[in-house]
Amino acid sequence: MKEELFVSGRNIPNIDPYLHIWHWQIPIYLFLGGLAAGILFLAGVYTILGKEKEMPATVKWAPFLVPFALIIGLFMLFLDLKHKMYFWQLYTTIRLESPMGWGAWVLMIMTPISIIWSASYIREVFPNWDWKFKFLYTFEAWVIRNRWYIAWPMAIYAVILGIYTGILLSAFNARPLWNTTILGPLFLVSGMSTGAACIILMSKSHEERRIISRLDLLFIVVELFFITHMIMGFLAGSEVQINAANLFLGGQFTVPFFVFVILLGLIFPAILEVLELIGYKMPIIIPAVFILFGGLIFRFIMVEAGQITRYLY
Amino acid sequence: MRYAMAIDTRKCVGCSDCVVACQTENNVPIGFCRDWVSETVDGTYPNVSIELRSERCNHCDNSPCVRCCPTGASHFEDGGIVLVTHNKCIGCGACIESCPYEARYSHPDGYVDKCTFCIHRVRKGEKPACVSVCPTSCMYFGDLEDPNSEIVNVLKNRKFKALAPEAGTKPQIFYLV
Ligand code: SF4
Ligand code: SF4
Repeated sequence: MKEELFVSGRNIPNIDPYLHIWHWQIPIYLFLGGLAAGILFLAGVYTILGKEKEMPATVKWAPFLVPFALIIGLFMLFLDLKHKMYFWQLYTTIRLESPMGWGAWVLMIMTPISIIWSASYIREVFPNWDWKFKFLYTFEAWVIRNRWYIAWPMAIYAVILGIYTGILLSAFNARPLWNTTILGPLFLVSGMSTGAACIILMSKSHEERRIISRLDLLFIVVELFFITHMIMGFLAGSEVQINAANLFLGGQFTVPFFVFVILLGLIFPAILEVLELIGYKMPIIIPAVFILFGGLIFRFIMVEAGQITRYLY
Repeated sequence: MRYAMAIDTRKCVGCSDCVVACQTENNVPIGFCRDWVSETVDGTYPNVSIELRSERCNHCDNSPCVRCCPTGASHFEDGGIVLVTHNKCIGCGACIESCPYEARYSHPDGYVDKCTFCIHRVRKGEKPACVSVCPTSCMYFGDLEDPNSEIVNVLKNRKFKALAPEAGTKPQIFYLV
């Protein structure tokens, strides 16, 4: 039997007995980042494929959410900071080794791109919109002409942003639950899936919803595969990683993880989407809402559970 | 120059003088600490063994906290001492997450704080407060690159270990066992 205690008495707020430095802000930041990545990626891809007409919600309407998601996301990051008045220091340095740092930069690049993208469609939504200045009209015309070229970097950056939301966690060797490279791709597909859910919610065209639903189904299957892969990887790992996996396999996060993330967030919406695809009439809003909910809870669980896992010595 | 510390777990009596000395020397706010003493009890009575360890930041050679800091607030000083520049720190908490030893904490003023190896004393040629106050003299502080230093000597002659070396951080606090 091995027992450890602090003779000198140590009870530091948010650190003892369990680390809890990151609260609700970080999971929301990651969720919004993933959602934005998903929408922009699909918007970019369908623009590159020249499908603006067939996929209006994907290419035009859903991207209107992105600037808001990114700005709220950055605001969440700001709320997480404990030394807020020094926030600007984040943008005086470029430190490629720091995921926190390059995430802040990726968001800084993504936000203007997403604003420009949406702005170029604003007169299609509000025909009476007036840009006031002539140069803005010139700029708008330029963006509209070059959408196809903007779509490329946008889609690529979206993938980087999506992977980043996982890397922010996986870069921490000290937290065994996070320290797996699969987290990057896993958060990316999860983000794609939440982005697709948003598009489904906003789309009015049956055909568009069908296409995105089918894609979403693919994302869900890949996500389930990655999650299985992640847990198997942990179980084949060192003691601290086995302990990490056990948080989900009988430990304190088992019920929320399997009920909210796996069942309600992935399997249930997947079944509804399959039923819809084979012809049953389904209120499409239900799977979409469950996917968004599952994605959010997934990030909360990963952030909370990861902080509990640690090295033993 | 590579500063390091060797701590004799067989001499430590767990009096926590090092903790109090640090709190006084460095004005550590009440309820927080930069060093602490842990007791590991192994076995069941009557076959028990106890290990007492005065722990603190390991001033790692390959420190994840320096790597993950977005602003460069966490950095290396001469001799490998890992330090936080308070007015560069934004309090993002990344370094706290990255430390396998839970050696950092968020100071009530917002920035992140931790052991500095008493760099202000070391620069004057003094020993860190914890080392100088230990009643059993169980701590050795010095330069690993100086072959005549006390710490090199003691590490040559005793068995020692570091905490969680598998974390890959190359910790520079050695526990004599
Ligand atoms: S012990 Fe923790 S805080 Fe200290 S250098 Fe190593 S990783 Fe950084
Ligand atoms: S909390 Fe401060 S020292 Fe730590 S990583 Fe963030 S900016 Fe750097």
